[in-house]
Amino acid sequence: MKIRLDNVVKTFETFRAVHGVSLEIESGELVALLGPSGSGKTTILRMVAGLEYADAGHIYFGAEDATDIPVRDRGVGFVFQHYALFPHMTVAENIAFGMKVSKVRRDKGAIDTRVAELLRLVQLDGLGERFPGQISGGQRQRVALARALAVDPKVLLLDEPFGALDANVRRDLRRWLREIHQELGITTLFVTHDQEEALDLADRVVILDKGRIVQQGTPEEVCRNPASAFVMNFLGDTNRFSAAVSGGVARLGDARIPAPGFADGPVDIFLRPSDLGWSQSGEGIAATVARVIDRPAGRRILALTATGEAVELDVAPETVVSAQQKGVITIERAKVYATA
Amino acid sequence: MARRILPGFPLALGITLVYVSIIVALPLGALVFKAASLGFEDYWRIVSSPRAVASYRVTALSALAATAFNLVFGMALAWVLVRYRFPGRRFVDALVDLPFALPTAVAGIALTTLFAENGWFGSVLAQAGIKVAYTPLGIMVAMAFTSLPFIVRTVQPVLEDLDPALEEAAQTLGGSDHSIFLRVILPLLTPALLAGLSLSFARSLGEFGAIIFIAGNQPMETEITALLAFIRLEEYDYQAAAAIASVLLIAAFLMLAVTNILQARALRYTARG
Repeated sequence: MKIRLDNVVKTFETFRAVHGVSLEIESGELVALLGPSGSGKTTILRMVAGLEYADAGHIYFGAEDATDIPVRDRGVGFVFQHYALFPHMTVAENIAFGMKVSKVRRDKGAIDTRVAELLRLVQLDGLGERFPGQISGGQRQRVALARALAVDPKVLLLDEPFGALDANVRRDLRRWLREIHQELGITTLFVTHDQEEALDLADRVVILDKGRIVQQGTPEEVCRNPASAFVMNFLGDTNRFSAAVSGGVARLGDARIPAPGFADGPVDIFLRPSDLGWSQSGEGIAATVARVIDRPAGRRILALTATGEAVELDVAPETVVSAQQKGVITIERAKVYATA
Repeated sequence: MARRILPGFPLALGITLVYVSIIVALPLGALVFKAASLGFEDYWRIVSSPRAVASYRVTALSALAATAFNLVFGMALAWVLVRYRFPGRRFVDALVDLPFALPTAVAGIALTTLFAENGWFGSVLAQAGIKVAYTPLGIMVAMAFTSLPFIVRTVQPVLEDLDPALEEAAQTLGGSDHSIFLRVILPLLTPALLAGLSLSFARSLGEFGAIIFIAGNQPMETEITALLAFIRLEEYDYQAAAAIASVLLIAAFLMLAVTNILQARALRYTARG
């Protein structure tokens, strides 16, 4: 089912959470709403679900205007951050809940068969008789997903689905959700503040800031061409430098960075730690190593430039470098943005 | 024994056990001992006398009715206090504890004044042909008044802790308000309701001060068991008083046992497996 948001607005008391957001999600697509807390991403998700009502604008499910359809009739599957499983029901009863309260009468046999099917889908065979308090966090989240899928929703909505789990379980569940999505092909929208999660899982990433969409595109598009300094910053570690452009070229130390299309004047230059290198000589920014942090994938150097600015850069694991060493930070890639 | 992190266990245990023995167990023991000093036949004659049986009936039925009334009204009150914000909410919240704070005799006199045939409520009810003061209905009113806080105060914290996401989840799954209340909210409130219910019922069984003013105290009709025990005491018939009191004691014990079993069943899901 294709979903379309048309100029949706939401205000809480005096705080405008969502400013005229328009968004299209194609049928079968897996889309991430990514943004810092307070960016309005959860509010948008809850409006799609019908748990909040939009103050203005429209939400369409296919050709149908769903803006005023109440939650219980909207046919969405919603997975909550803290699972929201019914603690007094067994896993099987939780999954069966939607079918039992449905206006469409189903006989017990049909419900049991469907529950068994869903338990198999979420790889929890044999745990149907347990209570939510007796299973792990990752298992609870899978029960929550099975429960949401049990009502054959038109669209699946997930609110920070892996936020409360530890890193390893999180990565596994992410891959697994991707597989389930491929298998069922259900239109899915999920909210996260974790850029790694969004990039790992989604077909398309929608980045939000202060209630507005600041960029949307495939993970490749947003990673390679961040539309603004905010997106650049939000997607990963960066170093920011102020520099001046003259004749389409910015100068940073004795490095020359092409800045086509920028008028002469001040700009901000953003450099990811992996865009930088460390050498004893050459063109770049003169700096002194303050500290070296070792990580599985390589070494991160914390350096201070001659003007006292802190810079972080990643170098290969075999690089020989230690604190107090002097050298030059070389620049392989850089992004130039107008000064904010 | 494993080493404990917090010190003072033997001392704390000793003090509490001595305290419980002196304050609770000793008087109850004396009561049982006094009742037991009667032979079984005398005991049975006293506790099964028509006047005593009539007093059990009126006490138990009134207590049941008062508890049922409080169950509905107390839950509604707790619901409103937790779920809605309105001017005067804190005031109403404080008012709930008033029946605890008020001397029960004062409550009894106030209720009698209101419900007497020339009182504010009584005169209106008399026109509708309903008599409250000096009838079992009056006993019920007094019991409901003094035991109201139990249900409200046991349900309130549970309702406050109820995750709103549970109701939202039930809504997204297509549940109507009716089915969400019956299948999600009520089962989660059940343990608290049972606890409140048993406290409210036990208090109603034992209530004395508030009732004797409004009940009229007609033997066989509006005489409660606690009053009958008191009358026997005044007649210096301590053994009979103890025998009648022991019936209340046994009833209270049985009821606490039943509610504990029911509560354990309702809380089955919290057991770790």
